[in-house]
This record gives sequence, C-alpha cells and structure tokens, in this order.
Amino acid sequence: MWNVVGSLVPILATATWFFGPSALLVTAGATLGAVVTEAAWGKPGAWRDGSAMITGILLGLCLPAGMPMWMAFVGGVFGIGFGKLLFGGLGQNVFNPALLGRAFLQAAFPVAITTWPAVEGVRWWSLRGPNLALPLMGNGIDAATMATPLGLMKFEHVTSPLASLAIGSEGGSLGETSAIVILICGGYLALRQYLNWRIPASILITVAALAGLLHLMDAARFPSAPFMLFSGGLLLGAVFMATDMVTSPVTNRGAWIFGIGIGLLVVLIRIWGGLPEGVMYAILIMNALVPSLNRLTQPKVFGAVRQKATA
Amino acid sequence: MVETGGEVQLSIGASFRHGVHPPELKQLTAQVKIRRLPFPAEVVLPLSQHTGKPARPVVRPGNRVERGDLIAEADGWVSSPVHASASGTVTDIGLSPHPDGTFKPAIRIAVEPWSGQIPRPRLVPAWEALTPKELIEAIRGAGVVGLGGAAFPTHVKLSPPKEKPIDHVIVNGCECEPYLTTDHRSMVEYPERVHLGVRIMMRCLGVGRVVIGVERNKPDAIEALERTRPADLDVTVMPLTVKYPQGAEKMLISAVTGREVPSGKLPMDVGVLVQNAASVATIAEVFETGLPLIERIVTVTGLGVRRPSNLIVPVGTRLGDLLEACGGLTDDAREIVFGGPMMGASQADLDTPLTKGTTGVVVLAAHEVREQASYPCIHCGHCLDACPVFLNPQHLGKLAGVGRYDEMVAHHLNDCMLCGSCSYVCPSNIPLSQQFAAAKMALRQRKPAA
Repeated sequence: MWNVVGSLVPILATATWFFGPSALLVTAGATLGAVVTEAAWGKPGAWRDGSAMITGILLGLCLPAGMPMWMAFVGGVFGIGFGKLLFGGLGQNVFNPALLGRAFLQAAFPVAITTWPAVEGVRWWSLRGPNLALPLMGNGIDAATMATPLGLMKFEHVTSPLASLAIGSEGGSLGETSAIVILICGGYLALRQYLNWRIPASILITVAALAGLLHLMDAARFPSAPFMLFSGGLLLGAVFMATDMVTSPVTNRGAWIFGIGIGLLVVLIRIWGGLPEGVMYAILIMNALVPSLNRLTQPKVFGAVRQKATA
Repeated sequence: MVETGGEVQLSIGASFRHGVHPPELKQLTAQVKIRRLPFPAEVVLPLSQHTGKPARPVVRPGNRVERGDLIAEADGWVSSPVHASASGTVTDIGLSPHPDGTFKPAIRIAVEPWSGQIPRPRLVPAWEALTPKELIEAIRGAGVVGLGGAAFPTHVKLSPPKEKPIDHVIVNGCECEPYLTTDHRSMVEYPERVHLGVRIMMRCLGVGRVVIGVERNKPDAIEALERTRPADLDVTVMPLTVKYPQGAEKMLISAVTGREVPSGKLPMDVGVLVQNAASVATIAEVFETGLPLIERIVTVTGLGVRRPSNLIVPVGTRLGDLLEACGGLTDDAREIVFGGPMMGASQADLDTPLTKGTTGVVVLAAHEVREQASYPCIHCGHCLDACPVFLNPQHLGKLAGVGRYDEMVAHHLNDCMLCGSCSYVCPSNIPLSQQFAAAKMALRQRKPAA
C-alpha cells in the first residue's frame, strides 16, 4: 500500500508545481476525511494500512484546485463511509471509493467542482480559490479561472496543443493535467505488479482506436486520438482508478473486457453525452460489472480441455 | 555459473505456464558431500510410511532383528513392507509421533551398541536374468516407495493396467523446493545408480526411452548424468527452467512431453510414469546390495542448523538425533519443517522419526518465519497468475473462509496439489494453501459418513 502512496507523491508534486499550495490543501482535506472516517468507523487499526490514505489522495487529485477544503473533506468521508465501510471494509467494496466520493461531490457541489483555476498568470503561492472557506459559507476569494481542454473542445470546439497536455500546463483537476508524470508513475506500479497493466492498456487502446476512427470519419467534429488520450482524467483514471485491485476483475481476461468497456463508455460520454468528461462514470459503471466479469472469465483448469475432448 | 542466487536465468528451458520464483537457498548444502549418519541409539519405524494401507507388524517386543530384516509386511497391493533399519531389539509397538502431525503405530528398535550393523548374508538378485514380473516383485519386497515426498509404492506405479501402456518414463530431478539438495547430491554422487535404476525401470515397463528432467540450477548434476550415460541407453538429460513447482508431476510432464494430464487423472492416463531421481537410484541399490529400502539421503539444512549436511540416514532416525549430528540448532532457530518450506510440514516433536518419504529437514531461523497477521483479500489476482493448475485461489479462499467446502469442490479443489504458490504470492498474507489443505481434510473425513 505504501508503495502506491509513494507513487502518488510525484503526481501530487506536479500538481503543487502548477496549482501552488491549493493543491496540497485540497488533497489534505480529502485525505483527512478519508482517514478519519476509516479510523472512526472502520475495523480497529485498519486506517494504518494506507488504503484509506490512497483513496483520499486519489480523490483530492481528481478535484479542482479551487475547491474549499471542507468540501474535499466531505467527499473523503462519503467515499470511505458509503463507498467502502458500508460494504464491509477493505476488499469488500464494489465501487471505487475515491470515485464514489467524487460523484457525490459532483452532485452536491456542481459549481465548485467545475470551477477550474487558471494555471498561468497567478503567483505560485497564492490560493487558487476559496480553499479555506468555512463550511456552507459563501466564497471569499475571486480567482482567475480557465476552461478545461475537454470543455473547450465540447462547447467551443477549440483543441488544446498536445505538448501542454503532456506536460500539464492546462486547466483541469489537480492530478489529471500532466500525462507524462502519470505514465511514469503508472509504469513503476505496473513493474512492481501493484497494478495490472492490462487494464490501462485496454482502456487506452480502445479510446485511441475509437477516437481515431471517428476522427478519420469527420476530423472537424471529432477530436484526434492523441487529444482524447492526453486530455481530461483519462490517464489518471486508467492508471490509478480503474486499476484499483478491489474493484477490478481478478482474471486477466476479465481485465481486458473491463478496460475495453471503460474505453467505450468514455468515448461515448465524452462525444455524445451531456458532460465534457466521462471517465468517472465509465469506471463506476464497469465497477458494477466486475463480479459478473469474474464469474464469466474463470480460468480453465489444467487438464480440463483434454478431458472434455476424450469424454 | 547459474548457481547461487539464481536470479539471472537468461537461458530458456522447457517449462510449464504460471508458477513462482521463491529464493532457492540451496547453496547451504549444494556442494556438501553426502556423509553417513552414525547409528542412533533408537530407531522408530512407523507402519504407515507410504501412500496406502499401513504395514502389518511381523515382530513382537523382545524380538532381536538384524539390519534389513522384515519387521512389517505389506497389507494388500497398495501397501509396502517395512524393514529394520538397524540391528537391535524390538522394544515396543505402539503410538509414536508421525511427521504428518498425528500419533501413529510404529515399531521401536533399541539399536545394539557396538554392533557392526552387518546385514545377514543374502542373495543379490542378478537383475539381468529376471523377468519384468520378478523385478517388480523384488522391488515390492524391498519396500521401495517414491522418495520425493508422497511415498507412493513403486511396484504399483510399475504395474500399470494393460489398457494404459506407458511410453514415457520421466526421472524427476527438478527438486524445485527451496533449500533441498537430496536429489541434487544423489545425481552428482551416484549418477551410475540413476542410470542403472533407469535401465531396470525400462525393463519392467518395456519402455525404450527415458527423459531425466533437471532444473538448470544444477549444472553439475546435468554434467554428471551426461558423463556417465551408458552408450546403449536411450536416455535424454533435459535441462528445465528453474521455476516452482517444476517438479510437480503434472507440470513436469507438461514441460517434457507437452502432454496435459486430464483433471482428476493420473500420469499413466497420458502414458507417462514419473519417478524421482533418488527413488530411481534406490531401485538400483536394491539390485546392487540386495538390501531393502532401509536408509535414504536426507538434506538437513536451513539457517537454524549449525552444520547443514547431506546425510545417509537410517529410516526411523528421530529428528533430535539427526539435528544433533548436524551440530544442533542455532540460537535463533524457530521452526523445523519436514520437506521443503513450500510444501513441507512443521514439526512439533523432536522424537518424530524420519520416514521413507522425508526429503529433507529445514530449520528456519527467526527472521525467515513470517508471523504477520493476514489482511482481507484485495482481489489483486496474483494467486490466479501463480497457480500452476489454473485455479482461482482467491475465490476458493473466500469459500474456505466460510466453510463452504462442497462449493470448493465445484471450483476444482481436487485439482489443487497444495503447492503453496498462491500463499507465497499473496500480498495480504492469506494462508490459502493451508486453508485448502484443511478443506480437503474436512471433506475426506466427511465422506465415509455421507
């Protein structure tokens, strides 16, 4: 677990580079909410295993920098409380707790969660939004904002340059902006077998193939495959959210199907849905199918094939 | 070259799919010459040292026996006789600790001090002159069983039913369990015996071709077998990938022949017989010396023992006597295991005797024994990638946890050979293999009642 926490540090550092102290405040709020909930209602001592901390950091990383800390805290509480403990704690939950926390925030605070602070043109140490606002009070600070690449794409048909998407100097959630850092951290986790590489691979291949095909058909209407891959929360979701071991299939064949399903849903929501981004819902929907996928993709026992052939 | 750490294995050999790579730790005894253990003061010979029915004693307390005398006869076809492993007086026939953790009937012999331990003069059968049937009868009479752990009576294996002819004999020289070097040293020091045993088995079965499978981490064994191979014998020494459990029968057959033993069936169903290297050498020994199986080679090793050794040990030697001969335990010795650390069984009593099937004694030091709590399953799926027979240990473990044993059978519990690969890779430290062993035991005990 602590290795996964370690692998999130570079991403958090990148987020801090772009969003200043706000990145740390938002992540701290979400992490605190998650860990405190686990400590209060989880199995005794379970909060020390690091998994609640991962949930909290991941939740923080998919929130905008200007989010008030207390909202992030509430998201962490909901994610762990309803997403994990209600199911019986570690290993028992169906849905990714971080994403469930985010889905709750999206429903509860639709404005705050879609207010994207600007990356450039502000002093590094300045807060990017009302991070320190008191619960249920109005906004204190008026910060410069910008649209996300996917929002620009969807509503204004403007494509952001690939280079800035890869480095991360674009608007968006804390952890989703820099593609390069996510890929490096994901590669490390895959090598250490903390995540099943088949899941991000199948998601990204599906999205790339589908987006490429659509782009070929109508380049003016549909964005290119690289843009689809590097924008929004796709990489963060594919590498860190979909690969949550508890809520992804145990079999490798199941992992491929799971990933392809997420990829399909992401393209579907991004292009034809009402929202600019669909990674969160795509993963949550596929989470619900994991028990069935596990059942359908049981491994074939050694010697079973031949037995059928001869019998 | 490839020895010691065994981490860098660039050469690709024949193998099977899945499996794990535990540290080999064989360097403690891999180069240690086999020596003979002095006769202990007492030997304890369990009547059940093999798969099948226990033997029936033919001696009574007070009887004097010479080394090599029959003391218990086979009870039926799938059974095996037991012979005195030292000269002395039978003192008792009663319960004694058994390596499987229970108490089982055993014959105790107080070994005669100062005895020459010279067996009675006997006729050594000239194997060339015997028919296959007579050969098998001689092997049966000598109490030969597989020395790889399960101790299945060899004569049963050598007499397959007519409708299942054997066309392949594989000598198992993999020894994939960490620490153990019993087969390794047998192959290095007695390669001629292995070849003679092969010859006799070929005669018994009418098979023309034999493959000796050896993991690549034993280059000296491969070299010794190649060097001593008789020109007229069609024997191939096949180097195999170092991977656990390469030495499991079904895995070895798949690596050597590409055949897959059907679920629930035996190697003979695909025309293959597998015999472990030390057992093959024992067959040769029977026809060299005329003596039955009364001693075997045992590796005593581990960081918890002062003088790791490969020993020739009389069957029935008690664990305590054996450890004493190896310099005793170190201060941080924590756990004693019969067999290897992956599949072996922990021992609680220093009076437990070694049986014919004891491949080694591993004494683990405190820092090698993990006493961590286990955590909930996080569905990482690593156990599925490790299982050599393609089970879903994660699901089986879940069922075992709630005692739904019948459902476990539906999920192929019977195909599990308890190799321990799943427990080894589990990041949550769940004792999967142990749970499966318990489930199997519970189902076995339930069966007669139902």
